[in-house]
Formats: sequence, structure tokens, C-alpha cells
Amino acid sequence: MGVGIEVTNLNAWYGTNHTLQEINLNIPANHATALIGPSGCGKSTFVRCLNRMHETNPIARVTGSVKMGEMDIYAGAKPVQIRRRVGMVFQRPNPFPTMSIYDNVASGLKLNGYTNRRVLDETVERSLKKAALWDEVKNDLKKKSGASLSGGQQQRLCIARALAVDPEVLLMDEPASALDPVSTSKIEDLIFELKSQYTIVIVTHNMQQAARVAEKTGFFLNGRLVEFDSTHKIFTNPSDKRTEDYITGRFG
Amino acid sequence: MLLCALSIFGIVVLIASELVLRSDLAWKAFGIHFFFNAETDSYTHLPLYWDPVNGHFSALPFVYGTLVSSFLALLLAVPLAVGVAIFLTEMCPRALRGILAFLTELLAAIPSIIYGFWALAVLTPLMREYVNPLLVKYLGWSGFFADDNPTGLGFTSAAIILAIMILPIISSLTREVMVAVPHSQREAVLALGATRWEMIRMGVLRNARIGIVGAIILGLGRALGETMAVEMVIGNTPEIHRSLLANGTSMAAVIASEYAEAVSDLHRSALTEIGLALFVVTIIVNALARVLVWAVTRGTPARLA
Repeated sequence: MGVGIEVTNLNAWYGTNHTLQEINLNIPANHATALIGPSGCGKSTFVRCLNRMHETNPIARVTGSVKMGEMDIYAGAKPVQIRRRVGMVFQRPNPFPTMSIYDNVASGLKLNGYTNRRVLDETVERSLKKAALWDEVKNDLKKKSGASLSGGQQQRLCIARALAVDPEVLLMDEPASALDPVSTSKIEDLIFELKSQYTIVIVTHNMQQAARVAEKTGFFLNGRLVEFDSTHKIFTNPSDKRTEDYITGRFG
Repeated sequence: MLLCALSIFGIVVLIASELVLRSDLAWKAFGIHFFFNAETDSYTHLPLYWDPVNGHFSALPFVYGTLVSSFLALLLAVPLAVGVAIFLTEMCPRALRGILAFLTELLAAIPSIIYGFWALAVLTPLMREYVNPLLVKYLGWSGFFADDNPTGLGFTSAAIILAIMILPIISSLTREVMVAVPHSQREAVLALGATRWEMIRMGVLRNARIGIVGAIILGLGRALGETMAVEMVIGNTPEIHRSLLANGTSMAAVIASEYAEAVSDLHRSALTEIGLALFVVTIIVNALARVLVWAVTRGTPARLA
């Protein structure tokens, strides 16, 4: 089951570039939340702050507080512990090319020290089913490499890999932007399925996508959160002029 | 320009044909047994491999010496070189990285005679006084470290100097293939909650392993053909001993030390045949290595250090 995320006064820098400024928002548990905005507005940086991936870049810096359930991820918790509770799916599918499909999905479990064959088998099957990939790959789980699948399948494999460690939060950084329309709609269906069990935060360039999958939407511009409200409100009656200009296509 | 390019092929063909023609005499005399043959000395009853004065020649001790010293060198150099590469790509502060990478590659530019000289002046006394006695004391039971060579020369000394010489090749190529692993692979592993070491193992080494094998084989190719430094410290004794501290010899070393003073045409031809064998083996090893490295680094743009 997912947990809510409470972000207070979050600031992030790349070198001297202040990429996120004073972000405050509450992401509800077990719902999908979309983050939209033009390129370079800080939305990707924001999700990368939620699992402390931002700071894997040596010139990056973060201040502020992020609470995930009772866990304060910038006070006391280790990045490694946090990332085990927060799954992440990236823009470009990045399965491990030297591993079989099975090993790709099991990789997170193996990192966590699970070696029991039966547990691994069950989790791999469950995760692939959740990612709607099971039927397509069940016959060559151990024969085919993760890289031999199509782009859309690879992305669903990455989702299965993230789900296998049973995270509470699933971060998706433009998960469909490198995919064709059919694969994109499969990923969207999947998000729709998964959001009752996980807290999903999805960054997207595609406003229709945000409207289709998310209950809540945040609009980022120049490193600031301009508006955060129900998706319906953002797309029909935004309170901020800049949000309206963006969703009506006047810039971005 | 085309002629310039063709001259490369020309040179290879000339070398190969010359080696084949000049080794003809030995090939006719011994055939394939040249590489396996051993006679027993009628006087000492010990195996006799190489007796130029009596016209008896076998390449066996040279092949043995080359293989033993090269593989021992790999055993020493590979962990060190991969460690250097991991440090340089994944852990090293940016400022230090350039200097370290430069210094490692500078090691490759030192002439091998200088390595040999250093080995004679520094390494062999060190081995004789300190290292060999320790090896004999603690590992002597294995039979690989016997206390019968008081010189400090031998396979182990040759392997150590070879290891230092192939370190820069292996580490710089390993670094290259590790840098070629896409950043998204590292992020994928980190996002699963991996520690830095797990990330290196699963995200980097695993993806780069074919290229690393290539780098190791390329190091092997260099070690097989290395002449001067080995000749200076290996002891130049055409014998086969189980002890890694014993004196031995190598294919390249025997050609360097005997060719100019060969006692007969057959002697000269036998040396040439050893050269031919070395030529063929190093070409195959190098080609294999290049293919493996290429398989990993192709399609990635060249990057600056």
C-alpha cells in the first residue's frame, strides 16, 4: 500500500543553478499525481529529489524536507533505504541488457538478499503480471535478454522490476515519451491499474496523458510550483494565468 | 595514400612469409614435434630440450616459460588494473582523475629496457632477500615455490615486471569500456536501492565484462610478446621447472639472446620457427581482444578523460 508524500520548502541546485525553489505540496497516497510543465521547469529534478537520486550527481544539492509516511527522507534515512521503498521508472527504458527477463525483474530482490527460489519465482510472475507483460514473455523468461524486447515491452519490464521490491511509491519520469502510441496507451492503462495500490508520481510532457491518468496535477514553471490542484480543476478552470496559458498552448 | 595504406598489409605479408621461409629447415627436421619434443640427456638423465651444439631443438621450455610468466603476470595485474579503472571512473574526484589517468598511461610509454634495468637493480634483490624466502616459507608446501634458486631471477620476477608493464593497457581499456556503459544503467541499479559497490558490480562491471575480458586478452598479447625486460630477469635457462621461483626462459627472450650468435643454420631456423609461433599466437590474441573491446564500445561517442 502506498503512503502520502509531504514536501516542505524543498530547494534544489545543480552547481549554482537554482533548479527548484521553495516547493511545498502534499501528494496523496494511492493516487496518481501528474507533474506537467515545459522543458527545464524542474519537474524531473523534483521527482529525483523524492528518492534522493538528484544528489547522485556530485554537483547537485538539496535543502528542505520530504516526508514519506513517517519517514523523513532528508533526515536520518539513508538513500539506499529510501530507494528500496520508492520505485523509479525512467524516460528511456533501461533494462539490464546482460540479464534475462527473469533476472531483470529479480534484480531488486537479489540486491535485498532474497535467494529463495520459490519466492523469486512467485515475485517475478506477480510483478510481470502487474506490469501486463507476463503473457508476452512467460515462455522465454530465462531465454531472452531484457534488451531483446521492444521499447514498450522494455518499459513495462522496467515497471515490473520496480514493482518487484514492493515499493510504496512509484516515480515515473516521462515513462512513455520514448514510446509509440500503442505502447504509450498500454503504459497509461497500467498506471490506471496500479494507482489504487501505489502512490504514483508521474512526470509528463503530454497534458492529455496527465488528464487521463491522474487525480491531481501540479504545474511547474522555472523551478517553481505554480499551481497544484485536482486534475479536473487544472485543466478546466486553473486559478493561475500562467497555468491557463500553458494548458491552452500559448507557450511550452 | 592508398599505397601508404597498402604498405601496412605489405609489411605483415613480408614478415609472415620471411618467418615461414626461414623456419622451413627446422620444420622439415622436427615437424610438429618441435613443440612437444624432449630427449633425455644420456649423461645426466634429465630432460634435454635445447642443445644447439648437438643440433637438438625443442620449443617446449620456451612455450612453457612464455605461458607461465604471462599468465602469472595476468594474475597479478588484472585485479590491480580493474581496481584502478573502477577507482578512476566511479570514485575518483575529478581533479585527481586526470592526473592519475595520465600517470597510468605514462607507465606504458617507458621503454621496456628501463623496466628490465629497474627489475635487475631493484626488483631481483628485493625478491632474493625478502619475497622469495617468504614465499618458500609459507607457500613452499605447494611445490610451486622451491628454495633452489639463489639469484632472485626467474618466472616470478619476470611475471611481476610483466604485470607492471601490462597494467596501463588493461586499466586504460577497462576504463574506456566502463565509461561506455550508459549512465542510465547506473541510475537503474541505484534506483533499486543499491549501494555504490552494488551499483558498480551490477550496473557497470556486468555490462562491461566482455570489454574487460578484451582488455585482459590485450594485456596477455603484450605479455606474450614482451622481450627485453623478460630476458633480463627470467634467467634464460631452457628448462621446465614446477617451481615458479626457478630460472626459465621465454619464446621472445631466446630469440633475442641467441639469434645473433646462432651456431648453425638449423639453430637459426629453429629460433625463427619459435618467432613464427609467437607471431601467429600474438596476432590471434590481439585480434580477439580488439573484437571484444569493440563489441562493448561501439556506438558510443569518444569521451574525454
